[in-house]
Amino acid sequence: MDEKLLEIEDLCVEFPTEKGKIRPVDRVSLEIRTGTITGLVGESGCGKSMTARAVMNLIKKPGKMTGGRILLEGRDLGQMGAKERRLLQGREISMIFQDPMSSLNPVMKAGKQVDEVIRLHEGTDAGEARRRTIEMFAAVGIPDPERRYDAYPHELSGGLRQRVMIAMAMICKPKLLIADEPTTALDVTVEAQILELMEKLREGGTSILLISHNLGVIARMCEDVYVMYAGKIVEHAEIGTLFADPAHPYTKGLLRAVTSLQEETALLETIPGNVPQLYELPQGCRFSNRCAFATERCRADEPALRDLGGRECACFLEDRA
Amino acid sequence: MKDALRRMIRANKLSLVSLIVIFLLILFSILAPWLTPYGEADMDLMHRLSPPSAEHLLGTDEAGRDVLTRLLYGSRVSLMVGIVPTLLSMVIGAVLGVTAGYLGGAVDSIIMRLADIVLAFPSMLLAMVIMYTLGDGLFNVFLTLTLMNWGTVARIARAETLKLKTIDYVEAARSIGMSKGRIIMRHILPNCIPTLIVLFTLNVPSAILTESALSFLGLGIQPPSASWGLMVNTGRQYLFNAPWLSFAPSGAIMLAVLSFNFLGDGLRDAIDPRLRRR
Amino acid sequence: MKRLLQAVLVLLLVSLALFVMLRIVPGNPVAVLMGEHANEATIERLTAELGLDQPIHVQFFRYLGGAIRGDFGTSYSLGKPVSQLMGAAFVNTLLLALAAALFAWIVGGLCGLLAAIRKNSIPDRLFMGFSLLGISMPVFMVAMILQYVFGYWLHWLPISGVSDWRSFILPAIALGWNSAGSIARLVRSTLADTLEDDYIDTARAKGLSETAVIWRHALRNTMLPTVTMMALQLSGLLSGAVITETVFSINGIGRLAVQAINGRDIPLLQGTVLFATALVIFGNLIADLLYKVLDPRTRREVKE
Repeated sequence: MDEKLLEIEDLCVEFPTEKGKIRPVDRVSLEIRTGTITGLVGESGCGKSMTARAVMNLIKKPGKMTGGRILLEGRDLGQMGAKERRLLQGREISMIFQDPMSSLNPVMKAGKQVDEVIRLHEGTDAGEARRRTIEMFAAVGIPDPERRYDAYPHELSGGLRQRVMIAMAMICKPKLLIADEPTTALDVTVEAQILELMEKLREGGTSILLISHNLGVIARMCEDVYVMYAGKIVEHAEIGTLFADPAHPYTKGLLRAVTSLQEETALLETIPGNVPQLYELPQGCRFSNRCAFATERCRADEPALRDLGGRECACFLEDRA
Repeated sequence: MKDALRRMIRANKLSLVSLIVIFLLILFSILAPWLTPYGEADMDLMHRLSPPSAEHLLGTDEAGRDVLTRLLYGSRVSLMVGIVPTLLSMVIGAVLGVTAGYLGGAVDSIIMRLADIVLAFPSMLLAMVIMYTLGDGLFNVFLTLTLMNWGTVARIARAETLKLKTIDYVEAARSIGMSKGRIIMRHILPNCIPTLIVLFTLNVPSAILTESALSFLGLGIQPPSASWGLMVNTGRQYLFNAPWLSFAPSGAIMLAVLSFNFLGDGLRDAIDPRLRRR
Repeated sequence: MKRLLQAVLVLLLVSLALFVMLRIVPGNPVAVLMGEHANEATIERLTAELGLDQPIHVQFFRYLGGAIRGDFGTSYSLGKPVSQLMGAAFVNTLLLALAAALFAWIVGGLCGLLAAIRKNSIPDRLFMGFSLLGISMPVFMVAMILQYVFGYWLHWLPISGVSDWRSFILPAIALGWNSAGSIARLVRSTLADTLEDDYIDTARAKGLSETAVIWRHALRNTMLPTVTMMALQLSGLLSGAVITETVFSINGIGRLAVQAINGRDIPLLQGTVLFATALVIFGNLIADLLYKVLDPRTRREVKE
């Protein structure tokens, strides 16, 4: 089971702004092994969604991918023709988004939005597509799927809408599902149900990239975790290792915050200061202005992500350990 | 406001150009007597309907009057008609709209039904009826345009007020017992001003167009005063042998309207992008 | 149903306002009509015959009663029933307005669409500059340019009057010109905003082509605000028709209103303005209903 499904190598995304070019994603590399759930965690604005959007070719103009490669089973997405790459989406890779209300077309019936996918990729006729969509609705736990097929998004609850999104993403049985904060807009009980559903999908053979700022969700779901800060991967480890023995001071801060109930405020207490703006990054390590252990060297040079034997971390302090 | 202006100019160079054009138009209309050697009503029957030339840059009309000269004098009327009634309708509309929005209840219903009536008519036909009732002439054109335009302003000011009413500092002012009048004057009206300024720049061109249409139909400004619309009205009879008589004043109307539209667009994007949907 | 009642109420208030406005004109309209050498007795007799000696509220309800039955009185200047005159004129105005709307929607819609897809490209700037020019040109200017170029200079199309369908081409373009400009601008800004929406990303993530994304997902959502615009356009089109019909000598409602004013013909003026306003009010009502059909969110309430 150690095959690499998705490899991202040195991915860079740049946006021109009034204050000069910014890089929301700066030389990010990550791997997703077949049949696993891989987590990507970080505060909002750290570039985790942008990384996902780069895989889906959904970066909004004027931003663009300026470097690196994205490989799906060894095939370089950047080298593909536009149409070939487009047809990969929805069939081999699919994505679900944070807000299930705004992610569904408000003037189109829920079922129609789902069967559009198989009609496009498999050329299924309307009757067959309807049948399979209703089947899929049942499979993702939508009660009364016949009736829900003809419902408009605003007639569905948040949990049901996210199930529709999942049905849409899963109907072609993709190899990879990218889930960008899939439960953030939902309440806790619904969150648990959706996570359970995603667990089932993984058992069915789909690999998942789960993007979240919520370490609780990550801990429950993932085998492998990447921690991102200000556009860079700062730590990568297996879930057990990461939680038992975090290496990067930022990860440590995140973990201390998770034990508290009010995550956002707790994060501010455990890690003082704010995420730096991308156009005024501190010299040296990007975390140095908020790090309690920062040294002269941290403020002068930027640490690279280095292999520490089965795990990776980008921090000078790890040298001494 | 200053920031918004700077933002507008940075984002949209054309709005700066249009601001300059508007300034020049106003300047020219004031300086008209010094800019041209001819008088407004100087006739030269030997040179009737002569095409544009070095002496008469835009030709002469059916009575041998210099078209450019008449255009300059006509701009006084046309620009005034654009600005004065629009300003009046802004003031009336804003006061009525804010009052309706703030007081609610019967006052609100009465004011807004009145606005509904005014806005239900196709504007040109309403203008024609009011002009018919009042009789023609410059003052009545002012009155007509004011009566026509206050409705839109009132609607927008009311909507703005309803939004502002729930904002904390207004509620705070109410809770410390500030009087309704003072709250309206101190807190509500000043906050409506940016929106109203944008609306003003966008209403000026429509007032200019309405006046020109009325005068074109012979229902607005009457000779011997000249307005651009009236010039087109008389020039139209000579459309095929002296096209400059209609096209020169038409072009002037277009230039003025275009400049205000550009300026309004730029201001709106800089101050209040929400207005775009209207 | 509530909207219908509201529309009827506004129409009622509009007719009252119109009635009052036209009655406060100084002078006895009959005297004006008869000219200077009419004798007192005839004037009095006619005034009584037309019911103009009655109190104003009696006159109003009598008028309203007639209007509901389709009787708008008799034109002073043309001597025919107003309803008969309007009937003939309405056909021309309707044809003209429909042709103008068609022109405006096709040209404006396409320009807006192309501009939105390639935002900030050269065609975008060109179309948008052009559309601002379009909405800044007075109707009579467009009309006269068309007359001059296509009628007088190139001899392609008739300059004025109504003979066959070709006579409607230039007037329709002149009348639709401004609307085309505003439609182009609205379609551009709405479509550009819609293309930023989240569900557009969902559609792209499905693997749909950009064309399919726009036609199947973005355009229907763009239609919603444009439908509202359509109702507003109707009022503008009728205003513009006054000018267009005058310039091109088309016997329509607008030209009839101008003739009414020139002939100091109160019944005719009242009839035409009331009729045009009723058209606008019910046009708005229809746009409201259409909006409900297009937007499922307003059809049923949210069931959580």
